[in-house]
Amino acid sequence: MIAIIDYGAGNIKSLQFALTKLNLDSCLTTDKETIQSSRAIIVPGVGAFKDAMDAITELDLADTLQQAAAAGKPILGICLGMQLFYEKSYENGNWNGLGLLKGEVKRINDSVKVPHMGWNTLSKLKQDQLFTNIDDESYVYFVHSYQVATFEEDTLLGSTQYGGLVPAIVKKDNIIGMQFHPEKSGETGLQLLKNFGEMIS
Amino acid sequence: MVIQMLAKRIIPCLDVDQGRVVKGKKFQNIQDVADPVELAKKYNKAGADELVFYDITASNEGRDIFLDIVENVAAEIAIPFTVGGGIRTVEDIHRVLRAGADKVSINSAAVKNPQLIQDSARKFGSQCIVLSIDAKKSENGTWDVYINGGRKNTGIDAIEWAKRGESLGAGEIVVNAIDTDGEKSGYNVELTKSIADAVNIPIVASGGAGINEHFSTILQDGNADAALAASVFHYSEIEIPSLKNYLNENEITVRRN
Repeated sequence: MIAIIDYGAGNIKSLQFALTKLNLDSCLTTDKETIQSSRAIIVPGVGAFKDAMDAITELDLADTLQQAAAAGKPILGICLGMQLFYEKSYENGNWNGLGLLKGEVKRINDSVKVPHMGWNTLSKLKQDQLFTNIDDESYVYFVHSYQVATFEEDTLLGSTQYGGLVPAIVKKDNIIGMQFHPEKSGETGLQLLKNFGEMIS
Repeated sequence: MVIQMLAKRIIPCLDVDQGRVVKGKKFQNIQDVADPVELAKKYNKAGADELVFYDITASNEGRDIFLDIVENVAAEIAIPFTVGGGIRTVEDIHRVLRAGADKVSINSAAVKNPQLIQDSARKFGSQCIVLSIDAKKSENGTWDVYINGGRKNTGIDAIEWAKRGESLGAGEIVVNAIDTDGEKSGYNVELTKSIADAVNIPIVASGGAGINEHFSTILQDGNADAALAASVFHYSEIEIPSLKNYLNENEITVRRN
């Protein structure tokens, strides 16, 4: 069972539908025991960084997620979910994240339209199991106004270009982040989720 | 060298009434076309980048049918889609997002209550709040915002309204030119470009697509990030794969399968 953290608003249904299509069992949950006994965790994400961290704190789930990540459980953050993994975000203020990954989140360079919305190319920077059957420069769907701006170089698996480099996939051991929405990225996105499913089986 | 590969988007639009896709000309003479879920699957397969569903049903009963459709579409296709029509409150927005929509398009309700943009953008994020503007040229050459399905002139300047919408937190703007809607004589380049140049959020052009060239013109000269169309796709007058090949040959970046 994959535990999808249900910390509030937004479209989580599409993610569930995508996992169901791939025969990956999942449930929407905020229950600690369900999260602890899960095979893997997905932190989805739309909305504001602060609201999401507030919701996670209110549900008293920060420790649970940090402990699961430290214990080696696969944990995938999507879009805002990925950004929450970092130490700090400057989205309308200055907020602490979960600190699973070293680095900070900042607004996308204003030389381009913000939000970064639409299909952009995924450049593969490293070989990884996650890229099984994924062609270099495949299109995936992004929609975000903030991006990971500082990060550990060796965690960067895939990137795109939008007003500069935008980290698209990061991975450190069991911790994976995708800035785009795999559940909205057509066949490429489904293949990426399938690869994640293979990794955790 | 930094190459921008963000693709220009092609977006079929489906007007839904009582569970069926319909197409009207200048918002009138509505004709039945197809089942929305089947049409969504077809467009997804053909390489549509997004879809838009407008609920044009008036009754509450129809509203529930529409939510079921939203959920069925989300289950069937893995590309983003926007829902519009009859959205008046933050709760309406919450409902369609929870049903599986990615973005919500607000039109008349935003004009009547601009606070709705701000409240919903704060709650759900700007990325899912789309401001839809119906505009028509006034006698003195400026652009007026129309509401209630293009029937009522508000006298509000469309470019000023677009700027205000951006500052309130809208993450995207759909520019619908009432004069060209359903005419298949081309998008309104002047209106679209004026709005695109006035804001720094993505612009979707709507109303007037008839041939391939209309798409390349609006995406290049009109500075639009996406082009929306309905009947040319519904009646297979333009097939999306060949349209994308055409755009690619004209050096417009598009996503192709």
